[in-house]
Amino acid sequence: MKPNRDHANRAATVRERCWRVVDDASYRFLTGAARWGAARWGAAILALLTILALAVPNARAVDVNPAVVEAENQRIAVMDRAKNAVLAVFSPSGQGGGSGVVISPDGYALTNFHVVQPCGNWMRCGMADGKLYDAVLVGLDPTGDVALVKLFGRDDFPAAELGDSDEVRPGDWAFAMGNPFLLATDFQPTVTYGIISGTHRYQYPAGTLLEYTDCLQTDAAVNPGNSGGPLFDARGRLIGINGRCSFEKRGRVSVGVGYAISLGQIKNFLGCLRSGRVVDHATLGARVAFDGEGRVIVDEILPSSDAYRRGLRYGDEIVEFAGRAISTPNGFKNVLGIFPKGWRLPLSYRREGKRFDVSVRLQGVHREGELLSKIEGRPPVPLPEPEPKPQPDKPQPGKKPEGDAPKDLKDLPKKLRELMPGRKAPGAPPMPKVVQEHFQKRRGYANYYYNRLNQDRVWQGWTAEGNFAVAPPSSAAAPRPAWTLAGQTEGGQPFRFVLDDQGATIDLPGGQLAWTAGDALGSNLLPPQSGGLVVALHLWRRLAVEGLDRFGEVYYLGTAPLAGEDKPVDVLVGLDGGVECRFFFDPEDHRLLAIEMVPDDESDPCEVGFGEYHVVEGRLVPGRMEVHVGNDRYGVFLIEKLTTSAVKP
Amino acid sequence: MHDRTARTRLSVLTMAAIAALMATLAAAPSIARAAPSTSPLGETLDRVQPRIVKIHGAGGFRGMEAYQSGFLISAQGHILTVFSYVLDTDYVTVTLDDGRKFDARLVGAHPRLEMAVLKIDAENLPYFDLDQAVEAQPGTRVLALSNLFGVATGNEPASVQHGIVSVVAPLEARLGVFETPYRGPVYVLDAMTNNPGAAGGALVTRQGQLAGMLGKELRNTLNNTWLNYAIPVGELRQPVKEILAGRFVAEPESQRPTPTRAITLADLGISLVPDVLERTPPYVDAVRPDSPAARAGVKPDDLVILVGDRLIQSSKALREELQHTAPEDPVRLSVLRGQDVREFALKKE
Repeated sequence: MKPNRDHANRAATVRERCWRVVDDASYRFLTGAARWGAARWGAAILALLTILALAVPNARAVDVNPAVVEAENQRIAVMDRAKNAVLAVFSPSGQGGGSGVVISPDGYALTNFHVVQPCGNWMRCGMADGKLYDAVLVGLDPTGDVALVKLFGRDDFPAAELGDSDEVRPGDWAFAMGNPFLLATDFQPTVTYGIISGTHRYQYPAGTLLEYTDCLQTDAAVNPGNSGGPLFDARGRLIGINGRCSFEKRGRVSVGVGYAISLGQIKNFLGCLRSGRVVDHATLGARVAFDGEGRVIVDEILPSSDAYRRGLRYGDEIVEFAGRAISTPNGFKNVLGIFPKGWRLPLSYRREGKRFDVSVRLQGVHREGELLSKIEGRPPVPLPEPEPKPQPDKPQPGKKPEGDAPKDLKDLPKKLRELMPGRKAPGAPPMPKVVQEHFQKRRGYANYYYNRLNQDRVWQGWTAEGNFAVAPPSSAAAPRPAWTLAGQTEGGQPFRFVLDDQGATIDLPGGQLAWTAGDALGSNLLPPQSGGLVVALHLWRRLAVEGLDRFGEVYYLGTAPLAGEDKPVDVLVGLDGGVECRFFFDPEDHRLLAIEMVPDDESDPCEVGFGEYHVVEGRLVPGRMEVHVGNDRYGVFLIEKLTTSAVKP
Repeated sequence: MHDRTARTRLSVLTMAAIAALMATLAAAPSIARAAPSTSPLGETLDRVQPRIVKIHGAGGFRGMEAYQSGFLISAQGHILTVFSYVLDTDYVTVTLDDGRKFDARLVGAHPRLEMAVLKIDAENLPYFDLDQAVEAQPGTRVLALSNLFGVATGNEPASVQHGIVSVVAPLEARLGVFETPYRGPVYVLDAMTNNPGAAGGALVTRQGQLAGMLGKELRNTLNNTWLNYAIPVGELRQPVKEILAGRFVAEPESQRPTPTRAITLADLGISLVPDVLERTPPYVDAVRPDSPAARAGVKPDDLVILVGDRLIQSSKALREELQHTAPEDPVRLSVLRGQDVREFALKKE
């Protein structure tokens, strides 16, 4: 028998495939039937191969391993399911568009800031069911290029399963979905398939916005229009939001280098995005660089930063940050970039061989109002956008996040063409009623409606039956009830705080102090060395007795973890008498977990942690109060009594 | 072809074996289902990444990035990469996958293949053995590893892209307006490897076997599109050996004899373009009529690339190299003219 060359090649391929199968078979049978000699088995396999080799030249149909067919069917099934949560985002005024993905059945969805920016406060989102849904902007993270929106019209939106982007490894299969070049007139998303090319990538910001830190790099094609759309893992779990590509000489099409914001970063920001705010990113107040020996050292540090107060100095080596070992400046920036402003994270640094472990509070990247000015397109100083600063050994690659306006629109149906950029005069159509009902404009917020919604949610939880709260009095002018907190210090000595509208009297083992609540609460931080414990208690009582509206300025910050803990909790911020006070609430049982009273930007806050809740006079009250300032513990108070009484008129 | 008695004797066993085969085929899909998210490529990458290096050197202007990629080809720190302007400096640094940084020395470069061998002072490094490299076929599934766009720094792993070899074909390409000298076979890829900094990266099979070196950012001369290609290791193996054996080396040996009088370019009838840069490329500006150079056929605009087997990277290096030749000795000169390499033997009369 002399098969021709093709047959010989095919036979060889099939033989090779069969070898693998037969190897497996022989193993199975050998374990099951040991009485058959191995030599006999060898002969049996040889015989089988002979038959197969003879049979092959007659085989005509494409011979595909069923495992391959099964894998393909599985992939198709995964994509078929994943596509249901994918959005084609359109600006109502026809000024832009992109992609997005629904993450909860009640219609919350993720997209890019640079996709919603031209949309304004609301947008229209097409889904794979062929329908177009109205959506409202909820929260913005301009630096991280993320936006949270909410869709209306269903309470059972298909939502993407959330994956763990920290588990993603280079070489993993991944697929992107979205609406590149706005091809899908029926909103069926386009799928592009590839592998993860890199993880924990750092991409320089454009100015101080659109910085991609700790992002996923993929060779799945990501093109204009894909922005804001999901990157899924091979099982169809959401691992990132596609938002950026390296474009160079080919114009704005994929060159096999796309970047997705990691879902891990978005999860950190999600609580804040739900607050309806414009969320800022964080800085340590220090800059790092490689030293001559390849270590990451502090190159510059602001003396006003929390890091400086925690002991970090110029020249210290950064060892670990937020639980990650730091070996490159990019690695440091990667960690910094995935947390919102204000979070506290563990930092380890080394000086002269000695290691220091501290917890550092992150300050905002932007100054007050600067972020708002930027997203409104008015730079705070009339300067051109600064070029991203390249590292000495890493010149700035030519990549830009860009909007997703298609260039050629003539092939699109009229219905869509109207939604496309440049096809309609600017001037949005009127906001639909459902969007109006879920939108409230207020400076500093993407959508104040959702801030108020969450304030009310936290307040309702805190004041619900069984929790500690005092109902607000009926008359605005009436004096509020005074509070008496009494018990023993950790050392077994008695203490007592009596708090009312005007101030407080404090009985401590060291003696009695009187404190008056003036216009500037931060100017008299009693007791000494406590960082202003009485101010924190005064504001606690005020929030409880006055409620959200009469306290003064209160807003819902979002979620942040308490120092030394992983789980983010709800945070309300109250501003009064020139100080900022943060109230931390358990997201499940809504108990007040802690208060941080910040007298000014350059001082350590007074931190009051509450615990050991028990019922007193029908109210759930804390039995323990632990007070910290900076690196020091001020003391522990075991509260035996928390009573309220009408104050003398 | 096979022993007839063995076949007869084992016919019953054959039936059993077929049954086993059927059982296995039925079982295979469940194996695939067991762990669809774990990537078999991850294990390959764990082995391959430590052999990839990041190279930083000259450049840094628009369109001329100061970085490229390379990979280790010996445990003693030999690195294969593309020969480009990035190496055109005395300060080339190599960053290993583990983040260690080394100053690199240019051992030699092949002008026609535009490949170079660098050396760093290190020991016991993981490397690709060129003799173990494989030949890819159209359809071979491959991974391309490189530091495209310089996105990885320090110990951050190189970027990896996947694809297949679309075709093996001779290279017809240009860099800017100049056609490239190498016209041999290349692997044309369907992965987008034509990106800044990717040149010099490794093309490996899914199993991690080296198949080629990612080429420069070139355009196809036939249809003007950007080319994604790699030079097969089969083309590189011999030139690498020649470089390691002392051909195409860049630096003169320290203890070479210098004659009391040496030959000069003027003796040969060659004048170069003015030497105004730190490393002026040794282009021939003019050839004196009736000189040895003119009679041999050297022409203006020829770029001198070799004297004997020594690589010449600048006018200064050319003049220095001639210091080692006595006036009466012949000079073997290789020049690049367009895409062709020409060799001339010149002798002063």
